[in-house]
Amino acid sequence: MLEGKDLACVRGERTLFSHLNFTLNEGELLLVQGANGSGKTSLLRMVCGLLVPEFGDILWRGEKIGAARESYHAEMAYFGHAPAVKEDLTAFENLDFACRLAGIPLGRDEVEGALGHLGLGHCLNLPAKSLSQGQRRRVGLARMLLVKAKLWILDEPLTALDQAALQLVQSLIGEHLQGGGMALLTTHQPVMIPGVEPRFLQLTP
Amino acid sequence: MSTLQTVSALLRRELMLAMRRRGDVLTVLFFFVIVASLFPLGVGPDTQLLRLMGGGVVWVSALLAAMLSLGRLFANDHADGTLEQLILTPTPPVIWITGKILAHWMVSGVPLILVAPVLGIQFGLSNEALVVLMFSLLLGTPVLSLIGAVGAALTLGLRGGGVLVSLLVLPLYIPVLIFGAGAVDGAMSGLGAEAHLSLLGSVLILAFMLTPWAVSAALRISME
Repeated sequence: MLEGKDLACVRGERTLFSHLNFTLNEGELLLVQGANGSGKTSLLRMVCGLLVPEFGDILWRGEKIGAARESYHAEMAYFGHAPAVKEDLTAFENLDFACRLAGIPLGRDEVEGALGHLGLGHCLNLPAKSLSQGQRRRVGLARMLLVKAKLWILDEPLTALDQAALQLVQSLIGEHLQGGGMALLTTHQPVMIPGVEPRFLQLTP
Repeated sequence: MSTLQTVSALLRRELMLAMRRRGDVLTVLFFFVIVASLFPLGVGPDTQLLRLMGGGVVWVSALLAAMLSLGRLFANDHADGTLEQLILTPTPPVIWITGKILAHWMVSGVPLILVAPVLGIQFGLSNEALVVLMFSLLLGTPVLSLIGAVGAALTLGLRGGGVLVSLLVLPLYIPVLIFGAGAVDGAMSGLGAEAHLSLLGSVLILAFMLTPWAVSAALRISME
């Protein structure tokens, strides 16, 4: 389904990685590993289409992601370093906008349900600036549940979360995979997802 | 259909954000009023002189005020990650970029048009000139937002981007200034404003067609 072929990433003068190959199929989890500065975020941004690889191709259902941009972006959801939450909007307004942007306007109940799922049911109408860093990241993760994408690309989704949320997010990823989804993930924390055997992708220069 | 929905959702969000941060909108508006009011203090109370330069002064002030508002066009979205999400929507970038520029104009351009007649009266412009001033701003301020968006996108994430954006954008504003102020002059001197206004209109059409593509390319470079 998702394939990376002979990818290379150059930032400035430095080659972060080269000759990188991977495949990701339905129900699979790919964990990208490497030291700080080894190009994990760059790889994820590359797979999103935010960064053009120096060399090599990324294929989605056999087509280059640049050529199949619209259908690819409709099936993909990205959770980056910044949680994409507007401080001046409430948690509900943030998610409502994200769903409209993805082309699936949802009712208040569904948004409320997703926030409740992440333990933020009481924050629905609070402006995001009054939420903590961890809570904002949870709002961002609630977006992943709502936009119903097949491919999840998660950059450090487990940072700034408390113990309970760590468990919760991992079980959400597990449910997503069991439903036929796929996930590409970077993290420095150990990942324990019941019923899922993650595959590893080691980044070396 | 979905592109229309994207644009309307974006417009709604931008206007909601502007309502929550009224200070940003008012700052630009007050800047406009203050800059225009400084000129009479500098050149003295000669009514004839002020009437002659009125149109030009209001236009220069509008240019500077529009530039002041460019900083937050993409920078806030860039900082909190929503710009990435916009780029990753299935909607073609040119569509939502046009929507964003439209929202920027509604928030920063339209207030200038509404306040401009008050400043025009201060300078003793005739009634006909006031109408032409508003009309020229109506055609010209969208161009300021469109061209400014290219500069804002190019300087995104750069240190000292605010100064750089003025160096990039102000020279490109010159045609708008010449035609806009020329229209008011024409109305004052009785030569008529049609020629200048039609030129301004054609600049608007040209900018509307070309700049979203330039912004899209510039954003792609800035996001890497």
